[in-house]
Amino acid sequence: MENAIEIKDLVKKFGDFTAVNDVTFNVKKGEVFGFLGPNGSGKTTVIRMLMGLITPTSGKGTVLGYDVSKESEIIKNRIGYMSQKFSLYEDLTVEENLNFYGEVYGLYGDKLEEKKKEILIMADLEGRENMITANLSGGWKQRLALGCSILHEPEVLFLDEPTGGVDPIARRTFWDLIYKLSDSGVTILVTTHYMDEAEHCNTIGFIHYGNLLSLDTPNNMKKYAIDGDIIEIKVDNTLKTIEVLEEKENVREAAVYGAGIHILVEADTPINDLEQHLINNKIKYSSIEKVRPSLEDVFVFMVNKSDNI
Amino acid sequence: MKFNIKRVIAVIRKEFFQIRRDKRTIAIILLMPIMQLFMFGYVASTSVDHISTVVFNNDIGTESRDLLESFTNSQYFDINYSAYSMDEVQMYVDDGYAKAGIIIPPEYSENIKSGETAQVQLIVDGSDPTTAQTILSSAGGVIQSKSVKIVTENYGVIMPQPLDLRSRVWYNPEMSSVNFNVPGLIGVILQTVTLMLTSFSIVREREKGTMEQLIVTPISKMELMVGKIIPYVIIGFVDIILAIGLSVFWFKVPIAGSITLLLFFSIIFLFCALGIGLVISTVSRSQLQAMQLSMFLIMPNILLSGYMFPVEAMPRSIQGISQFLPLTHFIKVLRGIILKGVGFSSLKNEFLILSLFAIAILSFATFKFEKKVD
Repeated sequence: MENAIEIKDLVKKFGDFTAVNDVTFNVKKGEVFGFLGPNGSGKTTVIRMLMGLITPTSGKGTVLGYDVSKESEIIKNRIGYMSQKFSLYEDLTVEENLNFYGEVYGLYGDKLEEKKKEILIMADLEGRENMITANLSGGWKQRLALGCSILHEPEVLFLDEPTGGVDPIARRTFWDLIYKLSDSGVTILVTTHYMDEAEHCNTIGFIHYGNLLSLDTPNNMKKYAIDGDIIEIKVDNTLKTIEVLEEKENVREAAVYGAGIHILVEADTPINDLEQHLINNKIKYSSIEKVRPSLEDVFVFMVNKSDNI
Repeated sequence: MKFNIKRVIAVIRKEFFQIRRDKRTIAIILLMPIMQLFMFGYVASTSVDHISTVVFNNDIGTESRDLLESFTNSQYFDINYSAYSMDEVQMYVDDGYAKAGIIIPPEYSENIKSGETAQVQLIVDGSDPTTAQTILSSAGGVIQSKSVKIVTENYGVIMPQPLDLRSRVWYNPEMSSVNFNVPGLIGVILQTVTLMLTSFSIVREREKGTMEQLIVTPISKMELMVGKIIPYVIIGFVDIILAIGLSVFWFKVPIAGSITLLLFFSIIFLFCALGIGLVISTVSRSQLQAMQLSMFLIMPNILLSGYMFPVEAMPRSIQGISQFLPLTHFIKVLRGIILKGVGFSSLKNEFLILSLFAIAILSFATFKFEKKVD
C-alpha cells in the first residue's frame, strides 16, 4: 500500500450548503501534503471527515486502508490531530496535559515517562512542565499541542492551520519539527494559507468553495497552473492602476502584490503595449517586467478565476 | 464496546485537576449547600406563633379581661394594640401591624353572668393562608377550653363529653418545621449542586474545543462518560455528608433511622441527578443554554417534589408529573429515614423507582452522546 490517504468523490453537505464538492486525491506515505485554500473553502471539513469527526454525505475515504465512515475507531489509534483552535486543557499544566493524552492513548509507566521527556525536549518545553498551559505563549502552546498529538507515535498526522497566530520564528521552528517527523516516516497532511509554508510541501492540493482546483508539486503548480504571463508593476497608486489595467482587453486579472501589483496577461503579450496603455492613462510607474509566478500568484489568480465562473 | 479502566482513571484525574483550579466550581460545591441549608432552614419556617393582635374591647367587666388573658397565655397571640373603634381595628390590620383582631361587644360580661351565649368577633388577615389557618384553629381552641371552664365555674358542674379526642403527633411531636424542612432540603441541595456541575461538564469541553481533540483519541463513549460521572459522584457524596452534618449538629434534626441506609439511597439518587445533568450537557449547544435548562428544571423540582407543598394536595395531573421526578421519591426516602426511622422494607418501591430511573437516564445520556462534532 503506497498511499496513506485515499479520497474518492468525497462530498459533504450541510443542509443546502455544499462544503466539500466531489473531492478526489491521494496522499502518499511519508509525504508532506499541503492543503491550501482560503478560509471557509472546505479544508477543515475534509480533515474532519478523514478523522471520523463528521460523516461524509457521499463518497469514500480511507486512512491507512481503513474506511473513514466505518472504521474511524481503528483509525483513531494511528493518527494524530492538531486542530485550528488550541484544544488542550488550558487549566492543566504542561505535564498534566501530556499525562492525560498519554494515558488516553494507552501509554503508562516508563514508556510514558520516556515519551514525555522526548516531547519536552523536542518542543523546547523542558523546565516548563509545571506551568499552567493558559500562560504559555503562542509558539509553546502550539508545540505542546503538536507534542500531545504525536505522543502515541501516529503514522498519519493531521495539522489544521497549525501556525495560525504565531510569530515567524516560532513558525520556522515548527516547520523544522514537521520535517523531522516527515523524515522519520510520518505522513503529514497540513492545511495553511501561508504561501511560504506551502512551498515546503511535497504536494499541494488547492481547494476553493469545496472544489479541488489543482493538485501538484509546488514547482509544477507555479509552472503550469497559470495560463498566461505574470507582469509585475511597481506603482504608487495601486488601486487606480488596477482599475485602468482591467479595462485593457488582454489583461485577465490584476491584484495587489507586495508594494506593487501583479497582472495576469495572455501569454506573450508585449510589455510595450502595456506601458503605452499606462502612459495614455497618465499612470506613473517605476518599473514593469515579466516575472516567474509565485505560489501567491497561483493562489490569487486561481481563486479569482473560479470566482468569475 | 471496549472499556479500559486506566483511561477512565485518566479522565477522573483530569476532571479533579480542573475542579481544583476552578474557584467557581469549588464555591458551588462547598458554599451552595451551606447557604441553601441556612436560607431555607431558617426562612422557610411555617410554624406560626406570637401573632400580633389588636383588641377592641367594648366591655368593662373582668370577664372580658379574663378571656384576653387566655388568648395571651396560649402563646399564639400577642396583644400589641388596643383599638377604640372598628375603623382603628381596620387600620391596624390594613397597615400590617396586626394579623388578627379580637372584638368584644359591650354586653359580654353581662351575658356570661346571666348565662346567655356571649359573642366574640375574630378578624383574621387571610392574605397569608398559613398564618390565617393557625389563627383560626388556635382561637377556636382557646374559646373551646374557655367555654368549658366558664360552665364549670359558673354552674359547678362538669359537662359530660360524649366524644373525647386524644391526639398524639408522631415522628415530629413539636411539629417543628425545621425538622420537617431540612430532610427535604438535603435532597433539593443535592439535586441543585450535581445538576449544575454536570450540566456544564460536557458542553464546556465542546465550547472550548477540547472535545474535538478528545474525540479523535481512541477513548470510547463509555470510558468518557464513566470518567465524567465518578468525580461528581464523589463530590455529591461530600456534599451529602456536609448537609447531613449541618442538619444534625447545627439544626439539631435527629436522625431516627440508619445513616448507612441514607447514604446508600443518596448514591442512587446522585446517579439520577447526574444523569439528568449529563443529558442537559449533551443536548445543549453552549454553557449558557445548559445553565438555562438546569434552572428551568430546578424550579419545578422544588415545587412539585413535595419539598414545599404536599404532593397529595396537588391536582391529579400534576401528581402524575411529580411521580416522574426522582427528587419526589428521594424526599420520601429522606423523610422516612430521618423523621420516621423506617428501614429498607418500607422503601422498596422508592429503591426500585430510583434505580430504574438512574439506569434509564444514564443510558440515555450515553446514547445521546456522539463521538462526532456535527
